[in-house]
Amino acid sequence: MSDRPVDDPIIRLENVSKHYVRGHQRVEVLHSLSVDVERGDFLALMGPSGSGKTTLLNLIGGLDRPSAGSVTVCGQRLETLSSGGLAAWRARHVGFIFQFYHLLPVLTAAKNVELPLLLTRLNAAQRARHVEAALAIVGLSDRARHKPGELSGGQQQRVAIARALVADPELIVCDEPTGDLDRDTADQVLGFLRELADLGKTIVMVTHDPKAADYATHRLHLDKGQLVEAVGRDGHRA
Amino acid sequence: MKYFPLLWGALWRRKPRTIYTGLSIVVAFLLFGLLQAFNTAINSGSEKSGADRLVTTGKYSLTQVLPYSYYQQIQNVEGVDRVTHASWFGGVYQTERNFFAQFPADVATYLELYPEILLPVDQKQAMLQTKTGAIVAKTLADRFGWKVGDRIPIQATIWPKADGANAWEFDLVGIFDARTAAERAQQEMMLFHHDYFDEARKFGKGTVGWFITLVEDPSQMNEVAARIDAMFANSPSPVKTQTEKAFNQAFIKQLGDIGFIISSIMGAVLFTLLMLTGNTMMQSVRDRVPELAVLKTIGFRDGQVLTLVLAESALMCLVSAALGVGLAAILIPVMTPHLPGGFAGMELRPQTWLHAMAIASLLALLVGALPALRAMRLDIVNALAAH
Repeated sequence: MSDRPVDDPIIRLENVSKHYVRGHQRVEVLHSLSVDVERGDFLALMGPSGSGKTTLLNLIGGLDRPSAGSVTVCGQRLETLSSGGLAAWRARHVGFIFQFYHLLPVLTAAKNVELPLLLTRLNAAQRARHVEAALAIVGLSDRARHKPGELSGGQQQRVAIARALVADPELIVCDEPTGDLDRDTADQVLGFLRELADLGKTIVMVTHDPKAADYATHRLHLDKGQLVEAVGRDGHRA
Repeated sequence: MKYFPLLWGALWRRKPRTIYTGLSIVVAFLLFGLLQAFNTAINSGSEKSGADRLVTTGKYSLTQVLPYSYYQQIQNVEGVDRVTHASWFGGVYQTERNFFAQFPADVATYLELYPEILLPVDQKQAMLQTKTGAIVAKTLADRFGWKVGDRIPIQATIWPKADGANAWEFDLVGIFDARTAAERAQQEMMLFHHDYFDEARKFGKGTVGWFITLVEDPSQMNEVAARIDAMFANSPSPVKTQTEKAFNQAFIKQLGDIGFIISSIMGAVLFTLLMLTGNTMMQSVRDRVPELAVLKTIGFRDGQVLTLVLAESALMCLVSAALGVGLAAILIPVMTPHLPGGFAGMELRPQTWLHAMAIASLLALLVGALPALRAMRLDIVNALAAH
């Protein structure tokens, strides 16, 4: 990761600010933030509660819009897209992993993984092949017909990872992906995310856990909406 | 179709809630099917009425009796083929719950004008030769266990005998049937001789209730009716002549506007259903806020989420409505033989299915609209943050 790379970064934030209005109060969440992330980076966003890391993640994932500044991800300036355009962009470019998995409890693991593919032109047989492959990658081929309630927390998170991967997105954003898992299972999930990064996927992960952050290639520390520290692949502090 | 598992899964997320709501819709549409079939039975009499018969009654009221002397005069009107007459007896067999129509009539001409009444020849002969004879519909004979040779006591409520007694007795000499269920429903009655009735009754002698006229040319119905009415326009008993269909409809209207009553009942039922199902759908969407937010997160557009919730509502309403009307279709033929003959014409017509599906679609739209809009407007960040 660098502040201004020569090659096109996959994520470029320029002077991004974000504020919310609650009643008559204006709450500043991010202050004039500029960040570049290179393809294949595994970036951990860290900081205390309220530091703005989840807001930053939402901006990168196209779930929210900046109050000021520009967010360019996968070559697209997100603030220029309509709501529908942003939804289509997310479907094409981003996979999401949440702390509490957010699987649909009434669907089997396979049907949960298939959800992003419903938005593509793939036919049922092609979708089934992609789902099978995604579940095989996370080692859950034998749990395809199980519903989330029949799976452990770690297995559910692996299903969520398969869902994030199945449409082959360039970017995977994770919000506390191991926050609800025990240490061993968390290590498995993080190791898996690291492998994905090694394979060229760009991963942005919000975490409180320094051990989880150790799996990342880069770290950004935020406090009160500002970047207070950036640690690169070589451990160099910027 | 690729979204079907998603819809089906959402529908069964809370099984008891879906089952109870679905059952409410099933029962409402079962009632709809039964009431529509009942309405069909009620109206089938007027719809199947003879296209070449006129009915002449008192101008101001069905209860106004007419002089018997009109019989010959109507017979002589240009365009009239044959005439018969009948009256309302209004008697009671054992209890008032056993209601059925009894008509003193000129039986010979009556049977000529109503070929749909199927009476064996020997029984017809017996009827014509028996002064106190009566013939009844097969549905009535089956209902009360009557057989030829029985003596049927009827308690008069309008027409006492000359000695003041209300007890009339008739000898059952014939049991008739009809060609179709609708005709069977229309002809559920008892016929006996007007001459015997007129001779034995205490008052009203020389009068009849109404005349029925067979016209020579059905295309001349209105002209013949106008001639009959004109003939008695300045008499003490002016008349009103109308087609048998119009007469039957007017008679049914005396019972009340059945269509309005049925519409009112169904309106109340559907309004309740609207509130109940609407509440269920709102609750269902409230429960699934995080799931809907996830769908939007992974790229479902606002319109797609709106469509999904509406489709879910449509699936529940249409499937349940079809089950309800289907149940009515199964029950009607099972129930009909155990009901009075007036219900013999109960049937579920194709348009009832169409009406039911149209109502169910409207219901789905009304109950699904608000939750669907709420789902569509869901803010992903807030929805995920709250869960």
